[in-house]
Order: sequence, then structure tokens, then C-alpha cells
Amino acid sequence: MLALVDCNSCYASCEQIFRPDLRNRPVVVLSNNDGCIIARSKQAKQLGIPDLDPYFKQETLLKRHKVTVFSANFRLYGDVSAQVMANLSGFSPRVEQYSIDEMFLDLQGINEDMNDYGSRIRDCIWRHVRMPVGVGIAPSKTLTKLANYAAKKIKTSNVAVLDTPYKWQWLQKRLPVNQVWGIGRRLTCRLEQLGIRTAYDLACADPKWVRRFTSVNVEKTIEELNGQPCLELEEVTAPKKEIFVTRSFSKRVERLDDLLAHISRYTAAAAEKLRVQNSYCQSLYVFAHTSRFNDNYYSNSTVMPLPYPTSDSSLMIRFAREAMKKLYKPCYRYSKCGMGLLDLRDRGFYQSDMFLAEQSPRSDALMTMLDKVNRRYGRDTLTFGAEGLTGRWTMKQQRLSPAYTSAWHELPLIHCR
Amino acid sequence: MALFRITKPQELAASLSLPLYSSRVSAGFPSPADDFIERSLDLNEFLIKHPASTFFAWAQGESLKGIGIHDGDLLIVDRAAERQQGVVVVAAIDGELTCKILDLRGGKLLAANPDYPPIDLRGREDLLVEGVVIYSIRKHTR
Repeated sequence: MLALVDCNSCYASCEQIFRPDLRNRPVVVLSNNDGCIIARSKQAKQLGIPDLDPYFKQETLLKRHKVTVFSANFRLYGDVSAQVMANLSGFSPRVEQYSIDEMFLDLQGINEDMNDYGSRIRDCIWRHVRMPVGVGIAPSKTLTKLANYAAKKIKTSNVAVLDTPYKWQWLQKRLPVNQVWGIGRRLTCRLEQLGIRTAYDLACADPKWVRRFTSVNVEKTIEELNGQPCLELEEVTAPKKEIFVTRSFSKRVERLDDLLAHISRYTAAAAEKLRVQNSYCQSLYVFAHTSRFNDNYYSNSTVMPLPYPTSDSSLMIRFAREAMKKLYKPCYRYSKCGMGLLDLRDRGFYQSDMFLAEQSPRSDALMTMLDKVNRRYGRDTLTFGAEGLTGRWTMKQQRLSPAYTSAWHELPLIHCR
Repeated sequence: MALFRITKPQELAASLSLPLYSSRVSAGFPSPADDFIERSLDLNEFLIKHPASTFFAWAQGESLKGIGIHDGDLLIVDRAAERQQGVVVVAAIDGELTCKILDLRGGKLLAANPDYPPIDLRGREDLLVEGVVIYSIRKHTR
């Protein structure tokens, strides 16, 4: 058996951890730049506040119901997530962290009643981290996703076990096929043409026949829906093959100099992530566009190959700026730009080519020092001149909660009286 | 911008540590005892038993000075620590995080300050008690 444990309203719940006054109260969290609602506490959902809706549209409703609104505090969420995952790892020797708020656990060899075990997991995470979680237990990954759905929507205990065909079929008959893990919008249309509407229809379909019209992945999904595990736990997370940093500007940008400063900053941030996973990058992708809602729409992108595989920020910044100069057209009001590091390869496996240039030990040493200083004294302690001095990472974050877990002067206060 | 980097409890392995040498440092002939460097001392390791359930906080107020917790002390709070009779706990009372003394025998949370009445704990322990203050750290210099 496998379990899928995921945090309920993860970001909103994180905001409630050090604010007991907000527990059982409506809370929402906004995306970067306070644009959209990206998380809602249970009480906020009950008020009918829609997910992923622009904040300004819901502002009156939020005010009327005295909903507490937070800017995204990803540092806090990351720290809370790490504690949740560390606790979960104690419940199984084989785990796969699937996202910031989800983990698969292999429950093979556990002789306890599965409902009891699930409840123990739920209670432990609440007691140790103050994070409410849902636990879905079933024989395959795809079924644990369904079990997790049942844990949240149907069971008040937040724990659901689908251990017999009768139980999972009961749920599958009531679930539209687009709720099945891995069945996106396009596949839903395709399956509908085949007369498959519910998860149960899909589970009963002939895998080979469906595969002819879709893909091998759907064939696997059908097996999984019938309790035959096809998808393995992925215990080691593979290093990312691409790293992207993109931002919407809080104010429109017109000047090339400003765009260059932005793209330099994003490149520096992406390069730092690249070094954390110990990879080299071989080409860069850079884009910029104006707002789609304006008449005068302009959008362009380009890929720049790098002279040799590298993790050196200064080299990448130089090429990203070249790319931006190529893209830039004056007299447009840009709303967003961004860049990606493409074609990544693990440094451990990199073989140098005697006829090609390669990254020098000097630049390795410089990058190591740069990262050390910035990690120790805070991001942006050392930056490149190209990144500019003004408007660094000017994100709109008007409702940011304190850095409860990552800054000494912002730790929670405990009253002694 | 964060001015400090905090070693979070869950990052114990990556934390800064100070080497403990079993011999004094000399400038000349290397001491044969340096082959016996015992190990590194790590304050986190000493202070934190359960990294995955521990958080840091500041004490605010003087009411617990009788038991050695002063205003501005750093508190290390472990949510997984055993809740024994008489330990100092952090409790969520009326939506505020508050230090109380745990009286398991009486089934109450006691305040150090007589102005605040004891709080009945029976059946509500998990609701009220957030964690146990396992250490408080105070600075003795200015």
C-alpha cells in the first residue's frame, strides 16, 4: 500500500501556524506581486472566494467578511514544508516528495490498521508542525490521489483508505474523469469523444484500445485505477533540466537600461540555483513582452548558445544582456520579461573537450565565494554591477507576514505574564 | 532583506561547527595529539533534540523571571517534547502565544502572574498546548 499525504490549504495554513488567532478564520494568500489569490483556508473557501482569481476583483468580498490577506511568504512556506517532510519521512523508509506540500510514502510491511496509521500520521503532523494534512491510502499512486480527494471532500477525519475494488469503484463512479491524476484538459476532451466521462468509465476501458487514441501514460493510468501499481516511487529527485526566472513588473518598463538590469538580476538568481544543483548550463532563453490587454502588443524571445558549459554568473549575464538588446524595440511598454537556463547537465558527468574552452578554476572560486557571502549575509549582499542599484526585486508585498523562521528579529513573540 | 542567516533546526547537518582539539595549538612541531581530534561541537545538536518539531521565539515580559525566563530571552520550543509536570509550555490562549506552567496533576495551565487565573486544561490539552520550552538563552553582556 501507498499513502499520499498533502497539506490542507498549505500556504494559508502556514500563515496560521504562528498566529493562533487566525486558526478557524478565513485567510487567503496572494501570488507574487499580490496579483492573484493562490491559497484559501477552509473558512475562506466556504465564503465562496474563488481560487486563482485576481485579488482586485475579490477585494470587496474579502473586506466585507474580514478575511485576513497575506502576500506570499515563500521562505516561511519552504521552512514549514521541510519540517512536514522530515516528520513524514519517519513514517516510512521509502518516500517521494512530490511537491512542496505532498509526499508519497511506501507503507509496505506496516502491519497496523491503515486507517489507524493514517490517523497517526495526521495527528503527528498537526502536533509537531501545526499543519493540517489529508491522508489517502491505496495500492497505486493514482488511487492514492483519489483517496486523498476523498479524505478532503468526503471524510471528516481527513483520512481515507481505498483498499478494496468496491471502495475505489464507488468513488470512481462519482468522479469526472478530469479529476484523475494525469488527465488534463486535452485528454479529457479526447476521452469524452471515446465516451469516457467518469473515472469509472476510464477504469473499465480496454487499456490497449484507449492507448491507440491517447498515449502509453493513459494505459498506465487505467492499470493504476484498477489497483495495479505501474508508477514507481521516485526517491531521488532528478536535478532540474531547465531553470526559469520570470517576473511581471509592478510598473510598465520602457527603457532598455531597465530591462537589462531586470534580466541581469534574473540571470544572477537563476545562476545561483544552477550552482546549488551543481549543473552547467549550455544555452540561455530570454523573452520580453508587453501586456496582452493593450492594443500595441509586442512579444519576442530568443535562445543564445553559450561558448562553453558554464555556471559563471558573469558570463551568463553578459549573454543574457546581448539577447535582451536583440529583442528590445523602443516605444513599447513592457509588462514582463524573464529568462531560462536551458540544456543543463550535471557537472559530475561533464567531460571536457580539449579543443574547446572551459570554465576556469578562478571563476569557480569566485562563484563559490559569491554564494557563500550571499547565503551568510543575506541575498543581494554581493551583486553584479549589471543588476543595477535601484528597484532590486521590487515585488509588491504589502501584506507580508514576518520571517518567523528565518530572521532573528522577526521570530514569534511569546507573552510572559 | 534578511540580515542574518539562521541555521534552522532541520538544517543541523549543514550548520557551522567549532572543532574541539584535544591539544593546544603550537607554532612549531605539529602535535601528535592532533591526530586525535575528537569531533566538532555543535550547539544546535546540543540544544535541539527534534529538529523537525522545534522553533525559536522571543520571550516578552518579566512574569516568569522567578523561574529564570526574562524579557528578551531566546526560547527554544519543541512541539514533540514530553509534557511533564511543571514544565514551561507555550500555549495558544485567546489567540495569543503565551508562556504558562503545565500543572498536569491539577489539570491546569498556571500563570506566574497572580493577575491571570489558571486555565482549565482537561480535554483541551492538544488544543491549547503548542509545545514545551526546552531551553531559554540569555545574553549576560551588553
